[in-house]
Formats: sequence, C-alpha cells, structure tokens
Amino acid sequence: MLIWEAYKLLGPADGVVLGTTRILPRTTDLAMPHVWDMIGRLGEPVTRSPSAQPLWGVVALAALTTLGIAAAGWLVGVVVGIGLALVMQRWRLAEWGLLPWIVISQTVPLIAFAPVVKSWGSRVEIGSFEWQDWMSVALIASYLAFFPIAIGALKGLQSPDRIHEELMQSYAAGYWTTLVKLRFPASVPYLLPALRLGAANAVIGAVVAEVSTGLQGGIGRILIQFAGQASGDPSKAWAPIFGAIVLGLVAAGSIALLGVMLRNYRRTEEAV
Amino acid sequence: MRDGSGFRDGAGAPPQPASGAVSAVEVRGVDKVFETRTGQVQALDAIDLTVAAGEFVSLIGPSGCGKSTLMRLIADLDDPSSGTLTVFGKTARHARLDQEYGIAFQSAGLLPWRTVAGNVALPLELHGAPSAARSARVAELLDMVGLTDFADRYPDQLSGGMQQRVAIARSLAEQPRLLLMDEPFGALDEMTREKMQSDLVRISAETGAAVVFVTHSIPEAVFLSDRVVVMSPRPGRIREIVPMRLGADAKRAARTDELREERAFFDMVTAVREALHGGAPVGTGPRGMETR
Ligand SMILES: Nc1ncnc2c1ncn2[C@@H]1O[C@H](COP(=O)(O)OP(=O)(O)O)[C@@H](O)[C@H]1O
Ligand SMILES: [Mg+2]
Repeated sequence: MLIWEAYKLLGPADGVVLGTTRILPRTTDLAMPHVWDMIGRLGEPVTRSPSAQPLWGVVALAALTTLGIAAAGWLVGVVVGIGLALVMQRWRLAEWGLLPWIVISQTVPLIAFAPVVKSWGSRVEIGSFEWQDWMSVALIASYLAFFPIAIGALKGLQSPDRIHEELMQSYAAGYWTTLVKLRFPASVPYLLPALRLGAANAVIGAVVAEVSTGLQGGIGRILIQFAGQASGDPSKAWAPIFGAIVLGLVAAGSIALLGVMLRNYRRTEEAV
Repeated sequence: MRDGSGFRDGAGAPPQPASGAVSAVEVRGVDKVFETRTGQVQALDAIDLTVAAGEFVSLIGPSGCGKSTLMRLIADLDDPSSGTLTVFGKTARHARLDQEYGIAFQSAGLLPWRTVAGNVALPLELHGAPSAARSARVAELLDMVGLTDFADRYPDQLSGGMQQRVAIARSLAEQPRLLLMDEPFGALDEMTREKMQSDLVRISAETGAAVVFVTHSIPEAVFLSDRVVVMSPRPGRIREIVPMRLGADAKRAARTDELREERAFFDMVTAVREALHGGAPVGTGPRGMETR
C-alpha cells in the first residue's frame, strides 16, 4: 500500500516506458486511484439513486454469494479428490491409470470449458431436479479444487511408515480400520496444505467462472460491471478486487482454523 | 495376569515341553528366499527352532544373517519360501489373527498423534475392549513400565528410552503368550539399556510369556535368555544354540543386576562369543560381529 502511494507520488504521470512498452503503469488518478479514495468509496452508495445501498454492502453480498458457490465447489472437490486418492492408494494399477489423466485434466484452460459446462448444465434435468447456473460455476470451481486435494491426499494416505502398517497388520486390522486409525490421521499434515490450495483454487475458479458464464449476483459479475464504469468512477472498480482478496483470506482462514482444531495430528509437521 | 511360576524347568535344557503342552514357536526346515533385481538372496536356510511356552530365546548374529526375517516369519508379516512354521500349534497366520503375540520393533513406532495412554490402548481399542476395562488395563501397564505420570504426554515429549517402554507396554497390552522383539533396545544408551533389560526380565517373569528376542549384544542375550541362538549369514543359518546356565535353580525373576558381575555370566558371554566366531577368525571383514 505504501509502495502504491509512493510510486503514485514519485512516478511519472505517463508511467515508465521502455521503447514502446510501458513497463510501469501511469500514475494518474484514473489508472491508480488513491488508496484512501478506494477505501472511502466503499462507504458511499453504489449509484447516485437515493435508494442505493452502500458499495461495501453490495460487494460483501456478492462476495458471500461467491463464497457459497466456491464452498460448494470446494466440498465437491474434497469428496472427489479424497475419493480418487483412496482408489489410487488402494490399487497401484489405479494410480498408474488415473494419475496421468488427473494431471492432464488441469492443463485444459478454464476459460475454454466454462461455457461448455454451462451449456451442458442447461440440458440436465432429472425429474424435479433442475440444473442451476450457479451449479455450473460450482462445478468449475470443484474442477480446480480437486486436483491439489487428490495429490495431497494420495501422498498423505501413502505416508505411514512401514513399521506402522506392519503394526496394524500384526493387530489383524483390516483395510477400513487401518484407514481410520492410521492412514487418515497420518495424512493430516499433507491434507491441510492441499485443502488450503484447493480452497484458493475454488475461489479463483468461482470468480473466473462467474465472469465467463455471466452468472449474476457474484463478485465476478460486479468485477466486470464496475470495471466498465471505471472511467467515471475509478475507485469503484477496485472495490470488488478488495472483495475478492477478502474472500481468499476468509477461505484460507477457515482452513487455518481447521488446522488448529487438528493440531494434535500435526505434531510431526516440522519433520515432514 | 497369568501366573508366572513354572514356566520352565532347567534353564539350559533344550525345549522339552511337558507332554501335552504345546510349544510357543515351532520352525521346521524353513527357507526364505528374496527375489531382488540383482538376483536371489537366501535370507534363511533350513532353519529348525523350537521355543517352549514361557521360554526366553535370543537370536544373535552379524547383521544380514536373517534375524529380522525369521522374526517377521513368526509374526506372519512375511511368508516362508518353504518349510513349516507354527505358533502355539496354529499356522502363523492363524496365530496372528488370534492375536497370539505382541510385537516390538527397533524403533518404538508410536503413533505421534496419540498420547502415551492412547498408544498403549491402541490394540485394546482395535479389538473392541470395553472402555472401562481398557483404561484399567492401560493404567496397569503404564505402572508396570513406570510411566504413569506420562500418560497424557505425546511421544515427541518423551525420550527414546521412554518411547521404547511405551512400545513394550503396548506389546504387552493383550497379555500375549508370545512376545516378539526385534532389537528393541538397540537405540538406547547403555544405562537405559541395562535398566530396560532388568525390567524386561521382571515383566516376562510376571507374565510368563515366551519371548523371541533379537539382539546384537552378547551380554544382553546372555543376561536375558534361557537359550541363545547363534546365527551366521549368507545364507542365514543357525550355527549353534547355546543354553544359558545362569541361575539354573532360580526362576527368571531372580535374575538381577548382580548377575552381570558373576563369574558364570562371563563364562556364558565367552561361550556365545566363541560360538559366534566359531571357525572364522575374530573381526575379519567389514561385517565382523561387534562384541559389546
Ligand atoms: N524385503 C527384502 N527384500 C530383499 N532382501 C531382503 C528383504 N529383507 C531382508 N532381505 C535380505 O535378507 C537378509 C537378512 O536380512 P535381515 O533378516 O534383515 O537380517 P538381520 O535382521 O539379521 O540383520 C539380508 O541379506 C537382507 O538384505
Ligand atoms: Mg534386523
């Protein structure tokens, strides 16, 4: 923030241009509004109409909507990711067969398939269940979230020492008992960073998917909408960006909280 | 706890189970061959060994002679390539499923997310012991290994010796008739080690369990055992079984630290050392046996 204002104060109005490429941005109020203007703008109403809500309220509501969608996507990602990890841990063959595809799946650009998912979604109708547009967004979020979770969970499930596995074997413990008493607890130090990464991905995925599917109500939508008004109201365009940052912090914070609750399972973490 | 008396008659006698009494371990003509990328490794060759119920037997020999492998076969953590192996008259697998043995490894292998009490309770919990009985048993075991005050600590808060004692308490949790221990004191300093040896003698006498004990240390084997099985490597074979005549008229519980200073003790140490080096000159080759 200090850097921002310092650069704004000292930097040339036209930015720093090297050859024909501008390597540092212009410092005009249009391109870089003052930090206090951006914050002050949050407290003002969205539009000039007398019934308008304050900007921060609109952003917070949009952020909450997006958070809900991202959380749904994250949950799906957790279930799918851990499910895949379980299958891969149990059967070596599945690991060989699945892992390359899981990796390849992440190379498909998000923007490319977001509209495809939306159009598939609009055709899904099972009985009284009707596919909602937000579900497409959640699905895309989960698509980004499941990858780190699958990889982290697999690593975690495979992490118990041989001595512990043999101990369980000596107790004649079966697959499920070993899973619950040994593999899951042992995987916590690997799972937590994976869940954090998955949460960040889910938020990014949800915002980007909102933009590319044009879903109303979320932060992605107002990001585009306010950016369009930036020439007249430059500070306003920054509000959703703050909203997105807070969203990411809330997501990361929830995982940190989870980590505190599970701290007994992280006693070996320094060694990992 | 079972009565510890009368678990063996005649310390040095080869195992002659009283008629009807089934021996703890019977190994008949067991071979173990590992297939590795560089070829076959004959880890065990024609092993014959009987451990009577309540008997304390140590396996000693240079590293790579198959001590751990033999123990793992008894524990049914691996299968013999040929030969037969029974534990209390059952197949090794059956005995494992029936929880006939408790096992302790060189490293304690405690679960880091469980407290001391939680670790000791693990086998009881897995086998559905009711929680009241469980905590009573855990208290009893922690008392036995002198860790009552540490019940709520986590393994990372304990010294290596304490962790190993927790592991031993855990191996005793279900009052097994057979204890399998693979160099359980290997990582301990000499003082702790001697203390643990005395504890183990006392505990095994109290419980009357048979013990198969792998060690590198001759004095340790001599101090603890009724018989010492001396093995040689490549292929892993039993070279000699040396009966210990220490405290022949006494129960195992009579083995105290004074024993370590008795003449008979040194005689037995010498006997085992000679069996180990039998034929081959002492200390040749990089894998020469350490004589602690
Ligand atoms: N899983 C395994 N695969 C291949 N070779 C093994 C395996 N386990 C043990 N061995 C080999 O078997 C021999 C005996 O090993 P081990 O029983 O561990 O010896 P000790 O416990 O007496 O030091 C060694 O040569 C070792 O390399
Ligand atoms: Mg070994």
